Amino acid sequence: MEFVAQQTMNALSFGAEYALLALGLAIVFSIMGLVNFAHGEIIAVGGYTMVAMAALSLNNPFIVIGAAILVASIGSVALERVAFRPVRYADPTTGLLTAFGVSIVLQNLFLLLVSPRPIAVTSLYFLEWPISFAGLRISSLQLFETLTTIIVIVVMMLFLKKTVLGLAMRAAAMDFEMVRLTGIRANRVFAAAFLISGLLAGIACVFIMARRGSVDPHLGFDPVLMAFVACVVGGFGSLPGAVIGGFLLGAIEVTMLVLLPQSLGGMTDAFVFGSIALLLIWRPDGILTPPREKGDKQ
Amino acid sequence: MLVIQNLKVFHGPIEAVHGISFTVKEGSCVSLLGPNGAGKTSTISAITGVAKSTGSIKFADEDISVLPVETRIRKGIAVSPEGRRVFANLSVRENLRLGGAYNPNDIDSLIAEWFETFPILGERQHQLAGTLSGGEQQMLAIARALMSEPRILLLDEPSLGLAPKIVTQIFTMIEQLKEKRMTILLVEQNATLALRLSDHAYLLNNGHIVADGTAETLGSNDTLMAELTGLG
Repeated sequence: MEFVAQQTMNALSFGAEYALLALGLAIVFSIMGLVNFAHGEIIAVGGYTMVAMAALSLNNPFIVIGAAILVASIGSVALERVAFRPVRYADPTTGLLTAFGVSIVLQNLFLLLVSPRPIAVTSLYFLEWPISFAGLRISSLQLFETLTTIIVIVVMMLFLKKTVLGLAMRAAAMDFEMVRLTGIRANRVFAAAFLISGLLAGIACVFIMARRGSVDPHLGFDPVLMAFVACVVGGFGSLPGAVIGGFLLGAIEVTMLVLLPQSLGGMTDAFVFGSIALLLIWRPDGILTPPREKGDKQ
Repeated sequence: MLVIQNLKVFHGPIEAVHGISFTVKEGSCVSLLGPNGAGKTSTISAITGVAKSTGSIKFADEDISVLPVETRIRKGIAVSPEGRRVFANLSVRENLRLGGAYNPNDIDSLIAEWFETFPILGERQHQLAGTLSGGEQQMLAIARALMSEPRILLLDEPSLGLAPKIVTQIFTMIEQLKEKRMTILLVEQNATLALRLSDHAYLLNNGHIVADGTAETLGSNDTLMAELTGLG
């Protein structure tokens, strides 16, 4: 029983991290058709902010967490302004190449300006302690991560349903030009998308840092790759799809870790991606395919 | 209110409209008529800033031709575009809210007014706009445009692909708007209907204005009418 509960918790917290990051990718993609591979560097920016805070002897965890999320959000908006705005209406391939370019530039900046080696981030260890609940022992970090993700998803749903900016972002996924024709400023919609994306990356960064305890220039690559896979599984550009894809990916990963015999332990990724390949044969466009209709005379 | 001079509209390297000039006076209804590919929708796109153009576009004595799309719209221009382009993934009510996004007045009471004008939209206010019929989508597109309480309404082919009964309903509504002194620029292929409403009409063909006049002068010219209706 404890084993099942622990594995469920593992699956949920893995899934929560993927869902947060996948949402960040999906919200930008749904609006501008850009797969933002520089998303991972935003996570690293959050991590380096934590290092900087420690260097400044600011060890209050709330300040450290707040600063990391804030800098990640601002960093994401700044990337939009500097790198992605000029290619906003360009071909999707141009956007993708720009994102790779931004990612490489940022990684090299971390290498040159900070350090190529991992730097320890110790200020978040306090998030991890064992919790005993109804005879089960679970990790507090995993519980926080899952709960935070659920809250983030609910807040985001409310934002997208209830505010004009949220409605505009959903409408922009369908027909951006028409959104501009209602007088809503395109710059504001793009900035909001990148702000939310950065915010989500910042929140994910807190949990990634608490688990890893260190930051290095290539920190963001693996999480973003998994988030990308989660988006593909869920249906690229669909926000609910990104969440479903994230949690499903977490579940598949933990299931494989549990079920595979020790001798095949090194093959976990192969089995995870293999089962995703099967899933995509069944549903080539992912689980939830976003609508692409644009009216009847196009 | 709207003065267009020597307007050329481009789609990439192709020039779709070759230097046209026309005027829409405040409180009047002006139509642009002509067959498919005449340049009517291109003209509308140039006024809103979606298509690239040269020449002068003056709205309320201000040259708006260099302004971005949103800024032009916020000056008081609203558009009900060709093909309706309602936000299919949003509910009817959400579509209307977006239409009134920058209107400082009470949006909810405006929406309530529209639901009185088009009760069917009220009944389906929580339904996704993509599930509406063509006629309902056209009503929604016009209502969405008017949510901003604009100074001019650009109506692009409101009768396109609709059943005759629905077309009559839509045109009755446009007539009511006209009675309320709304300034309207109407683009239509259905010349007979459009001429009935218009104070002045311009006939476009191949990107040129080939004739203009009032409903009476244009309507009595059989050759022109043949060209307009494509029966010539």
